[in-house]
This record gives sequence, C-alpha cells and structure tokens, in this order.
Amino acid sequence: MNAASTPVPPVPETWNLPAKGRVGMACLILAESAIFIIFVVAYVFYLGKDTSGPMPRQVLELPILNSICLLASSATITFAVRALERGAVGAFAAGWAATVALGGYFLFGTALEWKRLIQVHGLTLQTNLFGTTFYSLVGLHACHVIVGLVMLLIVLALTLLGRVRREHAWRTDVLALYWHFVDAIWIVVFTVVYIIGR
Amino acid sequence: MNSTSPSATLTPAVESDSRPTVLEILHSWVVTVDHKKLGLMYISYGLLFFVVAGLEACLMRFQLAFPNNTLVSPQVFNQLFTLHGTTMVFLVGMPILFGFANYLVPLMIGARDLAFPRLNAFGFWLSAFGGILLYFSLIGGMGMTGAGSAPDVGWFAYSPLTAKAFSRGHSTDYWTLGILVGGFGSIATAANLVTTILCMRCRGMTLGRMPLLVWLNLVMCGMVLMVISPLTAAQIMLLLDRFLGSHFFDTQAGGSAVLWQHFFWIFGHPEVYVLILPGFAFASEIIPVFSRKAIFGYPVMVGATVAIAFVSFGVWAHHMFTVGMTSVGNTFFAISTMLVGVPTGIKIFNWIGTMWGGKIRLATPMLFCIAFLFQFLIAGLTGIMLAIVPFDWQLSDSYFVVAHFHFVLVGGLLFTIFGAIYYWFPKATGRLMSEGLGKWHFWLFVIGFHITFDTMHIPGLLGMPRRIYTYDAGRGWDLWNLICTVGVVFQGAGVLCFVANVLRSLVKGTPAGNDPWDAWTLEWATTSPPPEYNFAEAPVVRSRRPLWDLKHPSDPDWHYE
Repeated sequence: MNAASTPVPPVPETWNLPAKGRVGMACLILAESAIFIIFVVAYVFYLGKDTSGPMPRQVLELPILNSICLLASSATITFAVRALERGAVGAFAAGWAATVALGGYFLFGTALEWKRLIQVHGLTLQTNLFGTTFYSLVGLHACHVIVGLVMLLIVLALTLLGRVRREHAWRTDVLALYWHFVDAIWIVVFTVVYIIGR
Repeated sequence: MNSTSPSATLTPAVESDSRPTVLEILHSWVVTVDHKKLGLMYISYGLLFFVVAGLEACLMRFQLAFPNNTLVSPQVFNQLFTLHGTTMVFLVGMPILFGFANYLVPLMIGARDLAFPRLNAFGFWLSAFGGILLYFSLIGGMGMTGAGSAPDVGWFAYSPLTAKAFSRGHSTDYWTLGILVGGFGSIATAANLVTTILCMRCRGMTLGRMPLLVWLNLVMCGMVLMVISPLTAAQIMLLLDRFLGSHFFDTQAGGSAVLWQHFFWIFGHPEVYVLILPGFAFASEIIPVFSRKAIFGYPVMVGATVAIAFVSFGVWAHHMFTVGMTSVGNTFFAISTMLVGVPTGIKIFNWIGTMWGGKIRLATPMLFCIAFLFQFLIAGLTGIMLAIVPFDWQLSDSYFVVAHFHFVLVGGLLFTIFGAIYYWFPKATGRLMSEGLGKWHFWLFVIGFHITFDTMHIPGLLGMPRRIYTYDAGRGWDLWNLICTVGVVFQGAGVLCFVANVLRSLVKGTPAGNDPWDAWTLEWATTSPPPEYNFAEAPVVRSRRPLWDLKHPSDPDWHYE
C-alpha cells in the first residue's frame, strides 16, 4: 500500500441530514399505523360473524359530508403551512382556523352518528361483535382527531396571541404531517367500514 | 443559605462547602434529560428487576427440584412464572437494551444527546411506571378491599384466561396496564433513537460508516415501532373487554380466542429479534476489538440484520402449530421460520471470520461473547427443530421449548449483556471491573447455565409439560429436574460474583483511562466518564474505525474501505 502518498479524503462540505421533526413524526405515524392495522384486521375478521343484530348494512349510513370536511381540512392545513413559510401570518391563521372548524365538524358529525346508532338502533360496544369492532375502530380514529384538534387549538391560540412567526413554520409542518395521517387513516376506515363492510 | 457575593456566583462553588446533599443528587437524577444518565438509569432499573425475576426463577426451580414438592402452592407457582416471564421480557430485557442504546448511540455517532432529550426522559419514566404498576398488583391486585394477588395468566395471557369470568380481581388489569404504559415508553424511545441515528450523525458519519451497534439498534428500534404497536392494540382490546364489556375475545358472542394468539405473537415473535439484535450488536463491537481485527463482512452483517428483521415479521404463527391451522399455513410458517436461520448463520460465520487469524485477547467481555456464539448456535438449531411442524406438535409447551428459548435469551442475550457491561463499564464509570472476579463470574455462570439448560431439554423430550407446579415420582423426570436446579445454584453464585464485582469496582476499580481496550469507535475518544456534552468539538469521521485512523495516521482505514 502506498499509504503515505494517499491524501486524506475530504469530508463533505455540506452535511445535510433529514429534519428531526419530520423523521420523529414519521416514526410515530409508523407505530400508529401498526395499531390501526390491528384494529382494521379485527374489524374485517369479525365481519358477518355476529350471533345477533344489528348488522352494518341495516344501520350504517355513508358519512359523506363528514368525510368531505375531514379531507378538505388536509387542504386547508397545507394552505396554512405554505402561508406561514411565506411569512403571511394572517393567511396562516385563517387556514388554521378553517382546519380546526372542519375537524370540529367531523367530530360533531361522528357524535351525531353515534347518538343515532345508540338511541335509534340500540347499538353499543356491548351489543355484538359489530358494535365492539365498529366503536373501537371509529372511536380510535376519533381519539386521534381529538388529540389533533387539541394540538391545533394550542397553535391557534398562540397565533391569535401573536406568538407564531415565520420561523415556526417547520413546527406547524410537523403537526400538519400528523393531521394528514389522521385523514389518511379515515380513508382506510371509510373504505373498510362504510364501503366493504356494508 | 448564606448570602453570596456577585463574584462568588460567577466562580465555581468551593468544593468543601457545597458538596451536593443526597437529596440534590437524587433530584439531579430525577429531572435529568441527559442520555448518559438516563441510559444508566435504564440499565440499573433493568438489573434491579433482573434480580427480582431471577429470584422468582430460583423459587420455581427449587419447587421443581423434587417430585410432589410443596415449597409453593399451585396458585403462587402460576404467579411466579407469569411475573418471571413478563418481568424478564418487559422490565429487564427492554430497559437494559434501551439503556445501552441510550448511552452508546449518541457517543458512537458523535452527537451530544438524543434528538429529543425530554421525550427520552418521558419514555424512561413511562417504562419505570409500567414496571411499578405490574408489581403493585402484589399489594393492590384485588383492589383496595381484599388481599393482593399477582397476575397468574402466563406471560402471553391466552384468552379466555384473561376474561372477566376467569380472572377475577384486578391482577390481570395491572398486567395489561403495566405492559401498555411501558409499551408507550418503548415506542417513544424507539422513535427518539431512530430520529437520532438518522438526523444527528457527525460530519462524515455516513450510513455505511456507522458502527454495527448503531446499525443494529436502528433496525431494532424500527422493529419496536412496528412490533410493540400490535401488542398495544391487543391490550386496548383486552381492556375494553374487561372494563366496558366488549366482545373481542369473548367466544360466547362469536369472538375468537385464537385472534388474541395471533395478535400476541405478531408482537411476540419479532420481539425475540428486538431483544436479540442488540445482543448481536454487542458481539459485533466486542469480538473485533478483542480479536484485533476489523469486523469481517460489514455490509453483509448489515444486510443480514435487515433480512432477519424482515423475515421475523412473517413467522409468528410457529407459536401456534398446535392450535390447528391449515396445512398451507403450517408450511408457510415452517419455511419462513427456517429461513431466519440463513441470515443468522451468515452472522455467526462473520463473527467467526472476524476471530479467524486474529490476535485474540481472552478478557471477560470476549469470553462472554465466545460462549454466546456457541450457545446461540445451539439455540438456533433447536429453533429449527421446533419449526418442523410434527416435531412441534409433539414438543410444543414442553420443557424442550422452555430450554430452547432460555438458550436464546440467557445463552444468547444475557451473555452478551454481561459482556457489554464488562466492556463499557470503564467508559461509564472511569474504572475497570476486576478481571479475576469477572473470570469467576463467567465460569460459574457458563457452567451453571449448561447444567440447567442443556439438561432441561431432556425432561421436555420425555414429555414434561411446562407450567406444571409439580409432578409425580417415577416418570423419569426426577433426576433431570434435580440437575436443572443444581445448575441454578452455580448461576446464582456467578451473579453474586457479578454484583460483588460491580460494587467493588465502582469504589476500588483500577482507573480505566479513556480507552482501556484500545478500541476504534468514537465513544472511546472522549473521557471516561464522558462529560455532559460528550465531545468538546464535533468529531469528523472518514472511515468505519475513526479511532484507528487517529492512532495510525500512516495506515488509516479509508485506504481499504
């Protein structure tokens, strides 16, 4: 080996590694996805295995407006984050508030649906396997919407207090990633529960 | 406090006046977010529970030493094997491995801390709280009204044993909640470590130059994210069943007890690899240093690790051959299980390749790793035997299975953990452990291990089922059980040597210096123990063995990589 004459290999001038926030959130999303997969598997596995009614076909209605609201909130949050990256705090606040409203309406719609199922059809967690798997899967998703809304509301409050500035855009971006995940899970839940399962 | 002048607050306090009180020291450990302190807390917490679960194992072995023994009642025996299994997996294995990852990963990649230090502390305290919940069942298992009772449903808690009707009181709830809470801690810490490894490497530390320990922990943490979550989901379902009257595992309402088995083993089998990969990681650092050679086949080692992780997600139902699956299912899981042997075999050959022609130093860490190689090979071979479906039908739930997985987790994992403690103790404390006591520890433990667990295969082959609290004389099991128990005495003596060694070395150990083993990874570049900020200047890396390059500027590694 002609060692002495070999120059020291240069270390790259720029040393770019992925952003911590996005990678951390991606890890959380990976773990959460695994939790949802198990609940979806339980739902699909128990489809049609009930020993007594009511069955999904008899009581479930397509939550179209709800779903449109939740999916639209993904667009509004993207708009808000883009605005903050430009430094347009007013537009950010508007987009963020719209996201909160749309997410809030989704929760309200879910509450109405559950009220109808419980009061009109007498379907609870204890009624049958459908009740067990339906409420736990949709409820798990709703819990994630609630957690998301709490975080969104904290940011909204800070925005209204004038504490959110352009340099915080990457933080709202990480939160938006979580919100997109909640929306994506809804697409899966919607497909499994309201389309395939009905 | 007496009043201090402004100048006194700026200069360091005088040593004699302001030695921290016990309370202040305690406080500094409770509020710490430093990865090294948290790492040591994880390891100490794990070792504490290791002693507890070890004593539980001793009690069980003494009960089984003679036929028709009445040392413990059947109920207590059930609680002992449940606590022993749950503790060893969740409160010993995971915390110790996360502790090492916490301590070593930032040092090895030249970072100052984990990506999210406060999340790290949160993860530790969640895990600690989970462990306390599990053992709180001993005093609170029947609620506040009755006598306490520990969970007695086995570490995999098969349904319908856990149903409200068959598991009265709250012992099973403590089991569920303890694991659930600890699981959240594990997920938090795993996400933290993955982020640290991907986002915090020092300049020049490309993925291809990371120490194997970091690579294996990256894969392990990635697995934790996907593996603990199914368990979390299943535990949530169990809690819903027990508290809100849902029917996930309620067969009377059409629910399925087998579904719990699937969900549990989707967690349970990859979990074995979650536990053993850090063991591989320790061996991959220790064997090269004590063979005075770079690791043989670095890229293949990384590839084999990823392959093991990948295949391990498709093998879970080999725990369920006796449940009665289709022949297609049986065949699939038998083949996938045997497939794991391929990348694992590659690793064993690479470790041997590393030792081949090396200048081997038989210090205590290396002794443990050499024993690990042989024992893990045997564990793998009995694993392949159990993957053969008809063989498993015969021996499932027998002591052969118990012997097999103790070969994996004691002969494989625990030996590398001991090796790792001897290896990195000087880094964490600044003092070497005693080689003399270390040799006593090693030989007593290796002899005890083989007396107990080599022998344990035989009563299994003779038909002795696991989890029985006693047995009749004259079935041909008596002598073997007695020998198993005799081995426990040797293992206990070995562990006592270890405890004595740790305590003695903390006080009187030979000062180690920065780099007592003449090693090559970055943690040995800083002082022992490292300062809070790890490195005064962020290191720059040009090869897989940055310290070798520093020590041998005329023949650096980057010529060969």
